[in-house]
Amino acid sequence: MEFRLTEDQHSLQRALRQVVTDRQPSWQELTEVGLFQLRVPEPEGGLGLGLPEAVLAFEEAGRAVLAGPLVGTEVAAAVLGLDGRAEVVRVPARGPVLVPELPTLDHVLLLHPDDSLAVLPAAAVDAAPAAAVDPDRPLWRLDGTPPPGERTPETRRVAADATLLTAALQVGLASRTVAEAVAYARTREQFGQPIGAFQAVQHLCADMLARAELARVAVYAAAVSGDEVEIAGAKLLADDAAVHGARDCLQVHGGMGFTWEARVHRLLKRAWAWEQAGADRERCLESLATRL
Amino acid sequence: MQLSDTTEEADFRRRLREWLGKTLPELPAAPDPSDWPGRRAFDTAWQRRLFDAGYAGIHWPVDAGGRGATPSEHLIFLEETELAGAPYVGANFVGLLHAGPTIATEGTPEQRARFLPPVLRGEEIWCQGFSEPGAGSDLAALRTRAVRDGDAYVVTGSKIWTSHAEVADWCELLVRTDPDAPKHRGITWLAMPMDAPGVTVRPLKTLAGTTEFAELFLDEVRIPVANRLGAENDGWRVTMVTLSFERGTAFASETVACQREVRELARVARANGAWEDLELRRELATLAAEFAALWRLVQWNVSEAAANGVPGAGGSVFKLRFSEARQRLYDVAARVVGGEALLEGAWSAQRLQGLSYTIAAGTSQIQRNIVAQRILGLPRGR
Ligand SMILES: Cc1cc2nc3c(=O)[nH]c(=O)nc-3n(C[C@H](O)[C@H](O)[C@H](O)COP(=O)(O)OP(=O)(O)OC[C@H]3O[C@@H](n4cnc5c(N)ncnc54)[C@H](O)[C@@H]3O)c2cc1C
Repeated sequence: MEFRLTEDQHSLQRALRQVVTDRQPSWQELTEVGLFQLRVPEPEGGLGLGLPEAVLAFEEAGRAVLAGPLVGTEVAAAVLGLDGRAEVVRVPARGPVLVPELPTLDHVLLLHPDDSLAVLPAAAVDAAPAAAVDPDRPLWRLDGTPPPGERTPETRRVAADATLLTAALQVGLASRTVAEAVAYARTREQFGQPIGAFQAVQHLCADMLARAELARVAVYAAAVSGDEVEIAGAKLLADDAAVHGARDCLQVHGGMGFTWEARVHRLLKRAWAWEQAGADRERCLESLATRL
Repeated sequence: MQLSDTTEEADFRRRLREWLGKTLPELPAAPDPSDWPGRRAFDTAWQRRLFDAGYAGIHWPVDAGGRGATPSEHLIFLEETELAGAPYVGANFVGLLHAGPTIATEGTPEQRARFLPPVLRGEEIWCQGFSEPGAGSDLAALRTRAVRDGDAYVVTGSKIWTSHAEVADWCELLVRTDPDAPKHRGITWLAMPMDAPGVTVRPLKTLAGTTEFAELFLDEVRIPVANRLGAENDGWRVTMVTLSFERGTAFASETVACQREVRELARVARANGAWEDLELRRELATLAAEFAALWRLVQWNVSEAAANGVPGAGGSVFKLRFSEARQRLYDVAARVVGGEALLEGAWSAQRLQGLSYTIAAGTSQIQRNIVAQRILGLPRGR
């Protein structure tokens, strides 16, 4: 057993962090660094790497709160061999079917509750724009009954990989909430000292880190094992780390956290969106319960 | 990143499994928890079997009499013994996991030769006399006084919450040798024989009704200077050195045990109908995910330790999440078994014992302070 990053994995992580830190790289740039080709075999022009590397890359994307159809595009290329921008859309147990950034997509990978998959050309999808809470992730509401799909071993892989990569995004986002909260707590002063010196604030931050770190190793391990139930568990913990972390981050920012200018609300809104992407909480829990 | 065994690790695991399969059926039944002499006999007999099979002090260095196993092998040992239902380290805990490793690291050749072999062979039991009535979380505030008199220290004071004191032969004792120095600099580590004149052990009944720990009253106890580990007034550093010995494996077997308990509870819930309660089922599912992740965190910390000498991610993060998850596990268990939770039994005993996990070995609040200040670098308050 050697459950730690290899030198190559460290380099990959560093390289990606450089591309995304403090800026929103263009889609073109993301494509050029190979974000979507990581797992595509080398003979087909990809990098021939595995899920662990993809997870490390998506963790960085999550830390930078990148916009765009990241997960679907990667999974479409790696699992289905499809080029172009794609998003994995789950038909939820309740409520509307929402497709992010529909006009920019080439494919919509529609996953039904039973994991059957309909691969649809985006242009043929009948949907209307809806007012999204997250300003960086516009949504379209699907009209009519979602077309049926089929089930193959590949469609299960699409479901599992999309869940895992979304969990990786959430882990990155969770770490970001810790960093933002700690940075603010160090500089904001009240009662003549940094608020980070107050134990109530320290303990919020400590719990945020503990949740993020546990979720991180869970996501890494699920990437190594590829096991569907372990992936469900990792997503559950990652969602909690991100959503709870963003809430606490907002609390640490006080009134500033409630403003539009401070970026904190964007972290929370994205965490909410990613919580519903891939497998949502209910789905993860039922999958874990089935294995028990 | 790699989770599977190397060839050597797989080989080690296979041999260990064979040995456990052969040895465990030969063990006598575990004694009643209130039968201390019986517990001592049981725990030491198990240690002797480990010794004879070459598994004693698995993570101790070879020159200290240990097996010098890698952290991964140590983890395999903890995992396999727990999976097989082997006895817990029990009364050997302090000797094998704290006092012993401290002596192995800081002791003179004479001290190592005197103290280590009996621990490995299961002949001598140690206890840990650190906490005092006035020094718990703030351990360095301890006041038990040691005054040099010729070739001995004369020690007077009291200790509290000393686990296994009733059956211990030795106590790793922290005493104050310089009351004028800053609090961390006036402490000395001594090995105290529990049968020395002036030592009184008064068992304390825990909330579970058992006597897991005791108070120690020390009245002019003479302890030879030769029993001092490290220099006078260097006891704080001497004590902290050991923490790295665990290399991420502390609570590893308990994590495996909790995963088993979650599965067991799911079985009970399916049998008694609690499984139909959506909320309970999902709480069990959440716990399954958490303990699976905590096990991965153990593997991560152990791998980091194998490579860098120190565990990654911080033991405090693990301790915090693990102790709280484990308490929740027994609260969920109480809901699964219903009225049984109000009767004495295995689950209620676990639930009561579980209340100590967020207190012993550094409270959850202290762990959060450590994470906030040492890992996140937040400032200390005024
Ligand atoms: C089952 C069990 C076995 C034990 N075995 C041993 C043993 O063998 N040998 C031994 O030496 N000791 C042993 N201990 C003692 C244990 O290490 C102490 O109980 C522990 O360190 C806490 O100290 P305390 O009990 O004095 O609580 P206190 O330190 O008085 O704490 C009381 C409360 O105040 C909080 N608190 C204290 N300081 C701070 C702070 N700075 N910031 C925020 N909150 C704070 C604590 O978190 C806690 O909630 C054992 C304890 C238990 C429960």
